[in-house]
Amino acid sequence: MTAPGRAAAGQAAAGMLTGPDGGGPGAARVTRSRRTTLWAALGALVVVVILGYLPYLVLSGTTDFLVNVFVLMTMASMWNLLAGYAGLVSVGQQAFVGLGGYLVLILSNHAVEPFLALPVAVAGCAVVGLPVWWLVSRLRTGYFAIATWVIASIFELIVVRFPSLGGGTGANLSGFENLDPTLLTAYTYWAALAVVVLVVLFVYLILRSRLGLVLTAMRDDEVGARSSGARVPRTQGFVFVVAAAGCGAAGAIIIISQLSIEPTAAFSVQYSAEMIFATIIGGIGTIEGPILGTIIFFALQKSLAQYGTWYFIVLGLVAMAVALWAPRGIWGLISERFGIRLFPVGYHLWPAGEQRPRGRAALRRRSSGTAPAGPAEASRGPGDGPGPPPG
Amino acid sequence: MSWVNAIIQGILIGGLYALFACGLSLMFGVMKVINLAHGDLAVVAAYTALGVITITHVPAVWSFILVVPIFAVLGYVVQRTLIQAALDRSVLTTLLVTFGLSVVIENALLQFASADSHSLDIGPLVSDSIQIGSQISIAWLLLVIFVVAVVVLLGLQYFLSSSRQGRLIRAVADDQEAAQLSGADYRHVFGIAGAIAFGTVALAGLAFGMYSSFDPTIGTDQLLLFAFEAVVIGGLGSLWGTLVGGILLGVVQQIGAQIGPSNQILAGQLVFLLILVIRPQGLTARRSTA
Repeated sequence: MTAPGRAAAGQAAAGMLTGPDGGGPGAARVTRSRRTTLWAALGALVVVVILGYLPYLVLSGTTDFLVNVFVLMTMASMWNLLAGYAGLVSVGQQAFVGLGGYLVLILSNHAVEPFLALPVAVAGCAVVGLPVWWLVSRLRTGYFAIATWVIASIFELIVVRFPSLGGGTGANLSGFENLDPTLLTAYTYWAALAVVVLVVLFVYLILRSRLGLVLTAMRDDEVGARSSGARVPRTQGFVFVVAAAGCGAAGAIIIISQLSIEPTAAFSVQYSAEMIFATIIGGIGTIEGPILGTIIFFALQKSLAQYGTWYFIVLGLVAMAVALWAPRGIWGLISERFGIRLFPVGYHLWPAGEQRPRGRAALRRRSSGTAPAGPAEASRGPGDGPGPPPG
Repeated sequence: MSWVNAIIQGILIGGLYALFACGLSLMFGVMKVINLAHGDLAVVAAYTALGVITITHVPAVWSFILVVPIFAVLGYVVQRTLIQAALDRSVLTTLLVTFGLSVVIENALLQFASADSHSLDIGPLVSDSIQIGSQISIAWLLLVIFVVAVVVLLGLQYFLSSSRQGRLIRAVADDQEAAQLSGADYRHVFGIAGAIAFGTVALAGLAFGMYSSFDPTIGTDQLLLFAFEAVVIGGLGSLWGTLVGGILLGVVQQIGAQIGPSNQILAGQLVFLLILVIRPQGLTARRSTA
């Protein structure tokens, strides 16, 4: 965690420099965006529009596949917020994936349209997330991890006791009998797309806000953040509840796309493994990482499809190797090499007289190793002192 | 009378849980590492014993003579390489790496050994029991496992508190840098602790394989969670506490099963939650170390 940490400390420090440096001829400017950001935003918009139009163009097999991609992207983004920023390594997020699915099932059993049940299920997961946080926050790091796992197991053991929910064998989702199957596929796809876009946008907005500064500081150094007055436990609790809601949304999409639910699968640790591997491989502690990681995940899955469970073994080994030798993940390598960030959550300081971003030059300065090194987008001039400490 | 029987069975099985848990507890106590692959290691040990028995034709009961040393060596090697490399990065990395290891082990077992369940065949020993009255019967196997567990935990406690190597381990656990300054190679000490942890979990895995059937997924579905619950119930960082926690978990599970067979696991987990609410530092710990 140290490498991305240091980079972001620079970002946070740069963020504290409010406005012009003063003094020098031709004052320095501080902006959030760079030209790549504008292109990235435009590109993202185009991608979302094209993805939204896709059901008119392709067969349902493709959209069904993409639903799985969006679901994992949602879960990985949530896990990234948990582990990458708030330092909460949960291996029990399947508790909320399963809960989200079962809440949709319960509501549809009471004649609520499943697509309307989705937001209710999300809210329900957030509400359940609060007492769960109260319990598991008593433990730290590894014990916290296993405690979340136990919670997921408890959820499963409770759910199977209700015959009305299908007990141990599971149940089918009703409520779509009058809907044309083609339309259902398209609606499901749009719902999944909406969920992932909202989740990524939400994470982005959180990280740009004041809370994001706290989270970034926590990611870099929890003790430091605490001593600077950041309300670490409260922020962690907030993130835990958000992640509960997000994973609940993913679970709701899963049951709607599969039209059935089965307790062992719904509360399987497999979900946690997938979101963790996707995040680690893509790059933990960045918004782009989980998105890229999900794409890599499915590319590997597709290419190793004929070897059965081997794809998961390979994924696990790759994730372990990345965690050990490239802790910033594939996206970390890319952004380090080319100095790009698609989601600017920090600030960019333009030294006086410098008009164009000099990504490479900034990089060289950073890799030369004088701490605290700035990230690509906070390319500092030689005369800039460190920013005032966060207050 | 059946309640007394349930409690007695619970105490005996609790010994096995404590045996599972002591490696987890030791690795956390010494290296601050939570090994999420702990349960899977026990399952691997049971499969290894199956292989050893097939090749060497030793009776299943004696397979531990080979398997436990193999796992101790494996523990030293894995600690010195994989886990140490992760430790050098961060606590987060150790969690990710051991979780990755757990998933890889489980899927590899599914790939090579199929999802079928196996058990270590110990012949008539599995059903021999001492009959007390009409309701209570104590299986010899469980009794032996319990005695082994208590001997191992007490032995480990004695080893840590009294032997030279044990003092070294405690010194490194207390203050890694100070121990290093005094000439202790903390990496080697970590390796020793890893060897002990892997050895005990292998022993627990073999005992479990003789007592019940096992399959590739039981390591994470049950064993890791039980071991963890025993540690938390008893109190972190105390082997005595782990023994108490294991026994309490076993008793609660058996009482739950007495009420209804589907309650067994849930009862244990609810007690775990209860402890988390009212006494997060565990039953035996004096102050919070979690």
